[in-house]
Parts: sequence; structure tokens; C-alpha cells
Amino acid sequence: MRESFTSAIAANRFGLGARPGELAGIADDGRDWLRAQLRAAPPPIADPQLRPSQEILAQALELRQELRASRKADGAASAAQPGAEDGAASALQKLPQFLRPIYVSEVSARFRAAVTTDRPLIERLTQFWTNHFAVSVDKQLLAGLAGSFEREAIRPQVLGTFSELLLSVETHPAMLLYLDNHLSVGPHSELALRRGRRAQARALGINENLAREILELHTLGVGGGYSQGDVTTFAEVITGWSIGGAEGGRFAGGEPGKFLFRAGQHEPGAKRVLGTRYPDRGYEQGVAVLRDLAAHPATAHFIAVKLARHFIADDPPPAAVARLAQAFTVSGGDLPTVYRALIDSREAWAQPLAKYKTPSDYIVSGFRGLSLPVDAQHAPLAPYELLGQRTWAPGSPAGWPDRGADWDGASALMKRIEWADAVGQRLGNRCDAVQLAPQLLGANLSAATAGAVAHAASPAQAVTLLLAAPEFMRR
Amino acid sequence: MARMQRREFLNLSALAAGGTLLASRLAFGRSDTRKPRFVLIIMRGALDGLATVAPYGDRDYAALRGDLALRAPGERNGALPLEGFFGLHPALAFLQQCYAARELTVFHALASPYRERSHFDGQDVLENGSARAHALTTGWLNRALERAPAPGQREAGVALGQNMPLVMRGPAAVTSWSASKLTALDEDTLGRLTDLYANDALLATRLADALAADAIAGDGAGSGAGMMPDAPDKNGQAPRARYAQVVRAAAGFLRQESGPKVAVFDTTGWDTHANEGGAQGQLAARLASLDAALATLKQELGATWGDTAVLMVTEFGRTAAINGTRGTDHGTATAAFLVGGAVAGGRVIADWPGLSARALYEGRDLAPTLDLRSVLKGLLHEHLSVPSRELERTVFPDSAAAQPLRGLVRT
Repeated sequence: MRESFTSAIAANRFGLGARPGELAGIADDGRDWLRAQLRAAPPPIADPQLRPSQEILAQALELRQELRASRKADGAASAAQPGAEDGAASALQKLPQFLRPIYVSEVSARFRAAVTTDRPLIERLTQFWTNHFAVSVDKQLLAGLAGSFEREAIRPQVLGTFSELLLSVETHPAMLLYLDNHLSVGPHSELALRRGRRAQARALGINENLAREILELHTLGVGGGYSQGDVTTFAEVITGWSIGGAEGGRFAGGEPGKFLFRAGQHEPGAKRVLGTRYPDRGYEQGVAVLRDLAAHPATAHFIAVKLARHFIADDPPPAAVARLAQAFTVSGGDLPTVYRALIDSREAWAQPLAKYKTPSDYIVSGFRGLSLPVDAQHAPLAPYELLGQRTWAPGSPAGWPDRGADWDGASALMKRIEWADAVGQRLGNRCDAVQLAPQLLGANLSAATAGAVAHAASPAQAVTLLLAAPEFMRR
Repeated sequence: MARMQRREFLNLSALAAGGTLLASRLAFGRSDTRKPRFVLIIMRGALDGLATVAPYGDRDYAALRGDLALRAPGERNGALPLEGFFGLHPALAFLQQCYAARELTVFHALASPYRERSHFDGQDVLENGSARAHALTTGWLNRALERAPAPGQREAGVALGQNMPLVMRGPAAVTSWSASKLTALDEDTLGRLTDLYANDALLATRLADALAADAIAGDGAGSGAGMMPDAPDKNGQAPRARYAQVVRAAAGFLRQESGPKVAVFDTTGWDTHANEGGAQGQLAARLASLDAALATLKQELGATWGDTAVLMVTEFGRTAAINGTRGTDHGTATAAFLVGGAVAGGRVIADWPGLSARALYEGRDLAPTLDLRSVLKGLLHEHLSVPSRELERTVFPDSAAAQPLRGLVRT
């Protein structure tokens, strides 16, 4: 392979699309450029507007409490004077009004980091892991928490070990809320037994949602050798992994908005998961299971497949997967070691443009390539909406799919072209696409695209053709 | 209202397994005169069949469901009447009217061949048409369209959405379509892009498909004037407006003489692990949105409704019992619905396994007694005239044990 291809692949496939001048800076070895990005801690998103999840969640829980109280008050008021119930209606508006601006500023800050970073590999890895451990803002409170979840639980851990990353994700309030674990109660826990003594109380019990998705989506993978029994038992192990709250009833106590182990909710006793016996040490019982899951060979293989699919090809070559899994196992899940094995894999450099961009990749690379302004808070919202990948809204804990066939629909292509056209119209003759094309696409630039851009009817149309070119659709 | 005796519907699957010569001969005889339309609605997330079609006559049902159980029709929190054992969720008023008009068939204790509990593999099996996840990379509906006679159509099917769901991927020409709010592209730019994509097989096909769909849409699919692009499902509220918009677009395509005869779209939000609700609540709101969308579809299709069959399916069911958080976890068998003017409805087809502890699959789920592929094979053969041999060979490989159900559509 000619060296110029390595810079184009480094910037476009491993990075987030070249900015003008970036390819020249990579010089001849894309691999060194990538390895260098792994050497310092991941850069935090420094935006004074952004607040910690604990604060956001504490306030959201208070608003919920207020809503409940005003519903009760309305009930009483309408009994006395029909038609008087508007306290709850105004309280009902408060929560979305509180959450929406948080979502917008988090999306905007993340997008700005992606468009402006000179360590794009770190941003791509952060996005990769956020998608691996997906939460979705379809669930109301997550609109306020998805951004801080990524900043707190994922971004600081992407250059650590998988085990640390896993623990920080599964104990983050956003994940516990998203997969209902705060509600899950051991059937023989103190709380359930106390409740059971009261007549007419409804029974409390486990919710296996988080346990199942940890096994299926976060660690072993669906063919990873666990049974329904393992799911149920693991769900019992992590009963009590919850959140502190000011709310009444069983969510009272602890620091509001922060992880809290509720011993009274925890199912007592030793448990056997995947054949290993775990004595009951309260919170530590779940930590011990997570540690073993992180070190399981099925996890190494599953993570290797996902990374290889993201960086090499939709159907990654088995030899490369095996090499990544080996690096994962030998290093004890040290993520930079796995990334370096990926960068050193011949297969990652063998076929230019093997991956069809997701809408997010497409938009970010467009903004980077054309130096589009990101100052306005709403800059990324409309294109993400139009192209069908609203940030942190995959709609399921499996995250967004990572194969071309999931994104290359006819209507989806039309939306990209429409957006490319709108960008062209907006930039008009302020942008010289002819001169930009080789800077963005490097060795990937085809003669057909260069020709089409050069012979466009207007500078605006040249921008549109560049953004809509086959080699700009792929990475 | 047409009522079937329990004994009669319990025997239906046995009857179907034998097949009725009369029905299949009729199906062949009329294929040249009808213009069948088919809509597939995938309910992603695992629909709770026991909440949606409540077996209130089963003596174990109320205990498993506690205060979320639906009661007999007419009682407080009562189901809508089907026949004297099953009732429809009260949010499904339009579907109940269809049942009364013999345009709805309900299937129960039905499952795909998938027996694990992963949404993602379950959906893969639901869509790829084989017995295993990831065994095929094309969908059963596309393979069926490839084998069905469809003269004079550029696109045999349309997916309402930007991308193509697995069930519609494959060799047959299909397209996807979603409304846009941006201004139309100019012809010159589109011409240049067509040239630019000439050496890129994938993009060339996609662009041609998109332009074909837009041309049809321009002729009427956009009759829901002022359509907005896919609105997000804000804060988990029931997406009533989005469903209405999607079915209007679907109807616009299906009404056209030379348009696609098959439309597919997704609904989501069925994964009710916590606070599922009973007669009211989360699931009820979702079902009400879907019910309203179906009513809109019938209205928008006009006379074409008479040629239409709409199938609603999900990847698997949910636990028979309520979990510790007033919801249900992933299960096995569930319910499915076939509705439309072309449907020979007014029936519940179920070989009911019961809900006693011993009858439950793996001690927790409704046990499957009807293979989804039996429904699909019967429907594709009788409604879309897909040859039986192709159904066995290419559309649903290794499905010989799942005999097609006959008589699902009107003759």
C-alpha cells in the first residue's frame, strides 16, 4: 500500500474525517499519528455550562417529587372545587423544560469537541464505547443524563482497562435508571420481607433488564455461554445497586443523584453465576462478578469483534479478531494495548473505504472538512435529526448498528444529498471545493470526483458534489 | 359478531396442517384478478401478548398478572370482546371493530423458531426467515417478493423510514422513503450525481431507488400534505403523530396502480420491563397510538383497504408473571394480528397451552404452539401468490415442520 493511503485511512477511518491541512500533518505514517494520540489522558470536555450528573439528577428527582405532590394537591382541590387542577399541569412542564437545555448543551459540547479535536481517535473511541454501553434519551431522565454519563463514566476510562470502564458504567446512575436496576428488589431482602408482612402490599421482586444486557451486550455477547439461570441469579446479585434520592418511600436516603448500595434491597446469600460461587459480600458481590465477566474469554472475543467491525470491515477478518482478543486477554483488558494491536493489524489498512459512514460520522466529517461553524448551540441538532441519528437516542440498549446495510438506505442517501446541497447553498462561493478535495480525501480521491468537482456549475454545487461523492460517504 | 367456539379454533391449526384443497385451489384461481397489498408492521421490543390479547378465561391468568390483569368484557378494567376466552386490550377499539367486521384474525401462543431471549437475535430471526440468528443476510419478505409475480413495477416494496430493515433486504428491487422538509434538489445536481455514482453499484442503485420512490410519492404518497420528517419520539410519549404520518405515506404508495404493493414499517417501545400498566398506562398508550394509526390507514387506503392485509408481529413475548417492578421480562410466545379488508377474520387462532406452572415454557413464559412461519407461509402463498415450492426452498428454508395455515385471506 502506498503511504499516502495510510494517512487517508488514519484520518478518515480511525479519525473523524480530515480537516484542511490534517493529512499533510500526518506526513507518511498514519500509524505513528494514531499511536501518539493514545499517549496522554483523554482530554475532558471543558465547558463551564456542563454540570455533573449528580446535580442534574438530584434536581430532576426533586421536580418529580414536586409533580407528585401537586398531583395529590390537585386531587384534593378538584374534589373541593372542580376545574381547579392546574398545579400539576405546570409542574408537568417543568421537568422537560429542565432537561431539554441540558441535552442541547451536552450535544453541542460533544459535537464541538469532535469537530475541533486534534486527537480524533480519542473522540471516536469515546463514541464507540458510549455506543457499546448505550443508553437512550427516549427514557425521559436520560435526556438530562446521557451527556454527563459519557463525560463521567466513559470518556475518562477509554484509555484504561476494560474492567474499570465496565465498573464505572454499571454503577453510573444513568445506566441503573436506563435499565431499571434501581427498582429491582431481592425477593428475600429485608425490604421485601418487611413489605410482605403488610397485608395487601404488592410483592417486590427483581427486574432482570440490567443483568441480561450486561451479559448479552456489555461483556460476553449473545453466544457467550450464559443461561437464563445466570441472568436471573446475576440480577439477584446486583439487587441494591441503586441511586440516592430525596424522594419519599423506598428511594429516600443516600446522597441524592449519586450511586447508592441499598443493603435492604439486596438479595442475601451466596450465588452461583457461570459456575463460579460468589459469597454474599453485599455490593462487592456484584463487583466480583463484573471483574470475572471482564476477564472472560467470551468478553475478549466479543469486544474484539466489535472493535474490528468498527475499524476494519463489517465482516471483520477472523485473524484480526483473534489478534485483538489475544491482546485483550494477555494485557488483562488494557485498552490501549488492544487499540495498538488494531493499529498494527495489516487488515485495517488493506482496503480503503471499507466502512460506510454513519450519519454522525458523515456530519462530523463534513463540519471538519469544510470548517463549518459550531458556535451556535443548535448547530448539530438539525442535521442529526434529518439524517436519522439523534445523539444518544439509539432507541435500544444495543446501541446504533455498525454495518453499512443499516445505514445505506435509498431514502437515507437522499437525506445526505439534501444536506450536502443545503451546505453548498449556504457556503456558496466562500468555499473552494476544488482545492479542498485532495486535502480531505487524499489518496482516496477518485479521478471521477475530482473531475465532477472541478467542472461543477457553481462553487455551491462543487461543495455538494464533494460531500455527496462516493469516497466521502465512506471511511 | 362472528363467534367461534373454542373447540373450533383450537382445531384450526390441526386443520391447517392438513390444508384444505378447496382454499388452495381458490388462491391460485384468482391471482390474476386481485391486486393484493401487504403491510408488515414490526413491533420491536417484544410485545406482551398476554396483556394485549388477554386470556381472561384461563384460570391461572389473573393470579399471574395481579392487579394488571384485564377482566372479562363489561367488567371494570375489562377487555374488549373477541370470543369467550380471549379479550383485546381496551386501547384497541378500532381493532375490535375490525374483529366484529370479520377483518381481524388474532394469533396467540405464537413464536418464531427463536428460543432465546435476546431482542437483537430475536429480531434477526423474525426478519431473516431462517431458524437461526445471522444465518441469512437477506429478509424473507424480499425473497418472497422476488418470487412473486409483479409485472410492471420498478419497486416491489417500500420501507417507510430512511433505511431498509433486514426483512426487506435482498435481491428484489425495493426502496425506502421518508418525507423531507428541505427544498427539492435541482435536476442538474441530481444528473451529475447519477454520473458520479455510475461506477459505484451500491450508490447508483440507491439513488435510482430514491428517485423512483420520490416520483411515486410526488404522485400521491405525499397526500398527507405538510408532512414533517420523522419526528423523534419525545420523552417516551406515545408517538401518535409519527405513526399517523407513516401510515399516510404508506397508503399513498399502496393506492397507486403501478406503485409498490408491499410496505413495511417499525414501531418501538414495546419493551415493558417496568411500570407496564394494565388497562391504562404505558403499554395502553402505545397500543392506542397503533390502533389509531391502523384506523388512519384504513381511511387513507379507501377502496384499496379491501385488497389489503396488515400483519403485526414482534420478536417474542414476555414473562407470564409480572416481575418485581410491575413490568414483564423477556419471554417466548406472544400474539400477532392480521387485519384488513382482504383478511378472512373474526377469529382467534390459538392452540392454547394454558398458563399453569407446568404448562409454562421453562417455567416462566407462555409456551409456543404455533410457528410464526405457518402464518407467513399461508399468507404469502394465498395473498401474494408466492409459489409454495419457493416458500419452502428459498423464503423459509428448513421450515417443513411449519405447515402453512390456509384460509387466512378472503376467497
